[in-house]
Amino acid sequence: MFATFILALRAAGLPTSITEHLALLNAMKSGVCDYSVDDFYYLSRATLVKDERHLDRFDRVFAEVFKGLERPEGDDEELMQQLPEEWLRKLAEKTLTEEEKKLIEAAGGFDKLMEMLRQRLAEQKGRHQGGSKWIGTAGTSPFGAHGFNPEGVRIGQDKSRNRTAVKVWDKREFRDLDGDVELGTRTMKLALRRLRRFARQGAATELDINGTIKATANNAGSLDLKLVPERHNAVKVLLLLDIGGSMDDHVRACEELFSAIRTEFKHLEHYYFHNCIYEKLWKNNRRRKDTETTTWDLLRTYGPDYKVIIVGDGAMAPYEIVNPGGSVEHWNEESGKVWLQRLTRHFRRTAWLNPVPQDQWRYSVSTGMLSEIMEARMFPLTLEGLDGLTRELAR
Amino acid sequence: MAFKSTSSYIATRDLEVAVNAAVALQRPLLVKGEPGTGKTVLAHEVSRALGMPLIEWHIKSTTKAQQGLYEYDAVSRLRDGQLGDERVHDIGNYIVRGKLWEAFEAEQQCVLLIDEIDKADIEFPNDLLLELDRMQFYVYETRKTVVAKQRPIVIITSNNEKELPDAFLRRCFFHYIRFPDRETMEQIVQSHFPDVKQELAREALNVFFQIRGVNELKKKPATSELLDWLKLLMIEDLPPEVLRSADSKVVLPPLHGALLKNEQDVHLFERLAFLSRRQPPR
Repeated sequence: MFATFILALRAAGLPTSITEHLALLNAMKSGVCDYSVDDFYYLSRATLVKDERHLDRFDRVFAEVFKGLERPEGDDEELMQQLPEEWLRKLAEKTLTEEEKKLIEAAGGFDKLMEMLRQRLAEQKGRHQGGSKWIGTAGTSPFGAHGFNPEGVRIGQDKSRNRTAVKVWDKREFRDLDGDVELGTRTMKLALRRLRRFARQGAATELDINGTIKATANNAGSLDLKLVPERHNAVKVLLLLDIGGSMDDHVRACEELFSAIRTEFKHLEHYYFHNCIYEKLWKNNRRRKDTETTTWDLLRTYGPDYKVIIVGDGAMAPYEIVNPGGSVEHWNEESGKVWLQRLTRHFRRTAWLNPVPQDQWRYSVSTGMLSEIMEARMFPLTLEGLDGLTRELAR
Repeated sequence: MAFKSTSSYIATRDLEVAVNAAVALQRPLLVKGEPGTGKTVLAHEVSRALGMPLIEWHIKSTTKAQQGLYEYDAVSRLRDGQLGDERVHDIGNYIVRGKLWEAFEAEQQCVLLIDEIDKADIEFPNDLLLELDRMQFYVYETRKTVVAKQRPIVIITSNNEKELPDAFLRRCFFHYIRFPDRETMEQIVQSHFPDVKQELAREALNVFFQIRGVNELKKKPATSELLDWLKLLMIEDLPPEVLRSADSKVVLPPLHGALLKNEQDVHLFERLAFLSRRQPPR
């Protein structure tokens, strides 16, 4: 029945399944909700969405699939109530062309005129921006961008109207909860938890004393040994951070993020670079000259089991990556690409964390090039990005 | 019988639909939302609105799914065995019923609240899949199957500390309690304090939403904090003017301890208020 809707949701990346589809149909049959678009929206949301991060996406898909289902301007009576008749007459004069007016006169009757006006309103609404709150645009039409009559009275915006369905999902109130948005203070905690999960792995076994005692007691005294997997921190992380310039805030956020869970890692080392990785990295940005290390040393010091996370926006001139001597700071004998490839070849697990929102990546050529060098292991600094990153690194 | 807003609990239309759908289809309802937006209270209200007894199961980090079904008290049995008690021969004497069993065996259909499911171990929801789906479970010790006489209405709350497994989510209805807008909040205040002075309530809401507007707060005050604060204001019988002066002369609103719950937030708010005071009035 709602196959198109379900498919559209799945296409948008919501994990909606047949079970939920059937549940929705069942709920519709049992008549829990009234026959209104509003209630249908609430019901389908409760049935099909299981995670508040998906609510925003759901709203968008809903708006798209059911566009035009809701009556654009309510009932005729409602419209009549809202608009004093004289307005309408004035309105009609301004909205309709001479021919149309004659036509109406020929057809006769205010009803006809109303019908036409309503169509006009609906049309305008559709063309304006596909179901937004406002009717039409400014201009000679009295349907001002901010109102209906010249004084700026809003149409369909009184109290009860405020609750109409189209607005509920058009408001997109759950935007902040979408997993795709960048990390804010709220999501920071969750991000930490994800990273912690990444840090805790390994499957050695140790004696479970409580379990053993319990099992022995259950066995009426004869010994029954129980073993549990040990939680130990075996993950070693090497953090390479792009510093200097617009990236600094993001870099600091990343640094804090990782050092907050420092204890969870066996080793966490960090180095800085500028724009792209060349033959030298440094440990302290303020005393850069004193703390410089050659990248060769880095490769020798840290074994292939280190998981490398490079943090940077990756936005630079393409020659900074591909050409020898392309660095903006010094003469580099070998290109950044060569160094990056060396890095990815040496370490078994590498990934790039990009604080720039993912939808902006395609505007930067160099980001694409880096992503290619990293074999698409570039992740945005969002909860979902961190999920992907940890999954990639933990594999 | 349908669940609706009551005099003491303001439910938005979407919440009503979600609850009624879950009741009608006899599936668990998973409720998420900011702390203090009334997730736990919802279960109480549903049980009251539908006239059913409420069974509460509060989850802790050490709670196991099995504890909700039953526990086998092996230690008692061991002791009885050593003392030569006759009871020892019937293992059924040592089966302690859990909340879920209680709900299944209840004479009348009841509401079962599983509170803060995310506090438990990550496997917890998985261990309850079949039990919540079929509303039955098997007791190994006595070799009996316990089947629900009436399917209880299950309300599960989560604070999002752990992600719940997909298989579990598939079986639930889901509702995210959004933070109430001002209009709803006024209704909520009215329903809790019908005799509050209108002016005081308005000023308090102004201050409250102003504080919530500060983005850097570690813990934004929620509905429950607002209600606590209002109650305090009413007990102290403060005039509304005190609140109005909050943004110009006095740095912090009176009795702010009810709203701001850690000292960083208090400092932050003081600083912001200080800065805004230094700016010349427009």
